[in-house]
Formats: sequence, C-alpha cells, structure tokens
Amino acid sequence: MFKRSEQDKRPPVQIFVDGVAVAARQGDTVSAALLASSCDARRSTAVSGAPRLPYCMMGVCFDCLVTIDGVGNRQGCLVPVAEGMQIEIQKGKREIGR
Amino acid sequence: MSGEYDVAVVGGGLLGSAIAWGLGRLGKKVAVLDEGDITKRASRANFALVWVQSKGLGMPAYTVWTVQASQAWGRLASELKQQTGLDVSLQQNGGFHLTLGEDEFGQRTELVTRMHNQTGAADYRMEMLSASEVKKSLPLIGPEVSGGSYCPLDGHVNSLRTFRAFHTGFRAFGIDYLPERPVSAISKSSGEFRLTTPKGELRAAKIVLAAGNANQTLAPMVGLYAPMGPTRGQIVVTERTMPFLPHPLTTIRQTDEGTVMIGDSKEDELDDRALKHSISAVMTDRAQRMFPHLSRLNVVRSWAGIRVMPQDGFPIYDQSETHPGAFVACCHSGVTLASNHAFEIARMVAEGALEPELVGAFSASRFGGAGAANDSGY
Repeated sequence: MFKRSEQDKRPPVQIFVDGVAVAARQGDTVSAALLASSCDARRSTAVSGAPRLPYCMMGVCFDCLVTIDGVGNRQGCLVPVAEGMQIEIQKGKREIGR
Repeated sequence: MSGEYDVAVVGGGLLGSAIAWGLGRLGKKVAVLDEGDITKRASRANFALVWVQSKGLGMPAYTVWTVQASQAWGRLASELKQQTGLDVSLQQNGGFHLTLGEDEFGQRTELVTRMHNQTGAADYRMEMLSASEVKKSLPLIGPEVSGGSYCPLDGHVNSLRTFRAFHTGFRAFGIDYLPERPVSAISKSSGEFRLTTPKGELRAAKIVLAAGNANQTLAPMVGLYAPMGPTRGQIVVTERTMPFLPHPLTTIRQTDEGTVMIGDSKEDELDDRALKHSISAVMTDRAQRMFPHLSRLNVVRSWAGIRVMPQDGFPIYDQSETHPGAFVACCHSGVTLASNHAFEIARMVAEGALEPELVGAFSASRFGGAGAANDSGY
C-alpha cells in the first residue's frame, strides 16, 4: 500500500503477520509496519464486521485494533515493533482470554 | 406555546416515554414535556435488566406486577420492531445472581426461602444452584463462586435502543416531544390542566407525572403524594469481547454488541458528576472473581447516575382525588416495567381511572403520610 523511502536507512526488524515473516524497520509502529507491508491488514469491526485499516495513527480512532503477541484489541499505532513480534489481524470482537 | 392535548406526560425518560408511547398507540393526542440534556436523568443509570428474581419481598402484589411485565415484554419488543424497524435485542432465557463465598450463599438461600414463604406472591421459580450446577450454564465462573440463585423469567434488553424506539414511535404516533420545558406550576381550570414552562403554557385534559425525582415537587401541585429518595449508582463498561455470558446477572451482563456492563453500587449521594474509584474498584474486583478472564479486558467507560427510589422501594401509581385526570407514576425499575407502563398504565390513563385490582397496592396512600422502611429487595 505504501512505499518506503529509499533514504530510510533504519535497521530491519523481523515481525510475523498471521505467521508470515515481514520486514519492518526499527522505530516503526505495528500499524506503520502493516501499512508498509504487502499484507492484507484489514481488520473487521466488532459489531458489523466492516473492513477497517489504521486511520488516525495517533491513538484516537481505534481503527488499528490488532492482536499482538496473543493480546487482543491492542492499538497497533501506539506499539513499536520488536524482533519476533507475532501480529494477528483481528477479525471481529476480542476473543475471550486473549 | 398553546394547544390542546388529551394527555401531557411530564418527563421524557424511559418511564414517561413508555407511557406516552402507549397513549399514542391508543390514538390519544399526547405531549411529552422533558427537561434538557444535562438534567439528572434516572434513565442514564439504568442497567437494562428485565428482572424478576428477588423483587417484591414485603409486597406480594409487586411480584405479580413484575411477572406480568416480564411476560409482556416480548409483545412490546415485537410491536416496537414492527413500528420502527428497531430490534431491541430482548433476551429472556433466565438470569443468575452469583454469590462469592459461603456466607453470601447462605444469605441468598435465606432470601429465596423467605420469598417462597410469602403468601399471595407470584411464584417465579427462583431457585438456589450449587457452583457446579451454575457452571453448566456459565462455564467461565471462577473458583470463588459458591453458587447462586436462578430465575427462568429473568432477562435483559438493549435499553438505549428501546429508548430510541419509543422516540421513533412518537413521530409515527404524532406525539409532540417538547424538550427544555421543566414544569414549574400546574393548575386546573375549566376542566383542563395548565402547565407552566419556560417556553409557555400548555393545556391538556389529563396529565401524567413521570418526572422521576421531580415528582416529589410536582405531585403536591395536583393533590398527589410521591415520597421518594434518589440514590446514586455507578456503571463500568468494558471493550467489546466475544460472547461469553449467555445469561445476564444482577451485577454483570454482556450486551448484544459485546461490551460487558458491571454495576451494582448504591449510595445515598446526589452528585452524579464525579466517580468514586473505590466503588468502581469493588465492583470490578467482584466481577473478576466471578469471571477471572475479565481481568484482561480494558474498561472503556464508567459513569455515575441518579436513580429513582420510592420511599419503600416499590412503585407508586396513583390518581388525584382533588384533581381528577391527574396521575403520578414513580418506579425504580423503569426498564423491567416498561411493558406494563406502555400497555397497562397507558390504557388506564386513557380510560380515566387506575384499576384497584391491578395497581391498587401501589397507591401512595400506603405511606399514610408517614415514613416507611425500604424492604423491597433493592
């Protein structure tokens, strides 16, 4: 969806999106890494199931909700990526106990 | 403002809205006089239960009235759906009151026994269940749950959508909803009532006072009596989660859209602008001990609201002897009783008289002008 700038020389960080390895950059938020990847990062909303992507990128709109390392409903735009992080695109409501 | 109405309903909360909708349904020309958005609305503190169990100790007639309301709710939900297209998500598959520890289980068992022993009360089949029996219906309960009481008539509803459906129904029935009109005086002349508001006078053949705690001030203007004391309740709401709670509890329920509501506080306090975190902490702690997985959920909203509490906890429905055509309605359970208000109270107001066999027990004459103890189960 987005193309990274060639001048961006930050070191790579490997994360996993639904089990698939994705190259992020140090300092990316989870949402930025998802938007820059070739993944289909669309979540579906909790009530109507409508597709959504990260929108405000500053912690306000909650449209970036995602499951990170087994914890649901995290705001991807507020969480920096870390090596080996497991991301799951969240479909619908947060699961019980996750 | 002027104009003639068959009935003016004073109060546009859930109670007034249900009665007004019911009157509109019968073809009456109705005005609803409401205050503004910032008024202390009891409806704001509702918990959306359509609840039967443990109600009516000390007044058998209240068990009969409550069971009737529970049974009429399906008809109300389907009429609202048909009229407005809005599904109020009524669910009536039985509800629980869970206990933590043996002391609470013992106290609840005693209450259930007292309810069963009350003569003249409707048998609403409330029974005590052990923790292992509860677990069959609510598999996610924690180890501290000692059991609980169950009543098959209990349920819950989407109360916000119910409120919206009533107001949508107002338009279909041609009911005039008039906000920002607190009533400061009521008089009767030439056979009609005149209500004074900041936006002018309104005239109506009959009036129904459904103004929550303000009924205390309004009722004496037309020879009625409404002894009440407001109480404060707090509610905590979590983010949406997958369905885990197939039955509502007295203190916890999961809405049709996935949020979890926690709310069992009651205080003699009148300020609804601030929350007491110590109270929210106790409520959420108890909720987590009942369902340990709730501890992972984020709280997204919490608020306080002022609720209506008639002096002895039971509803007041009365008609004025000095001012015929003036009625008063007060109750704590505006959601549970909405069906009775829409169908029965509205019908009796339209016909001009409350029926003693149906609501005679709820006349304010029971107070005898003096104070009464609250032993209603709230």
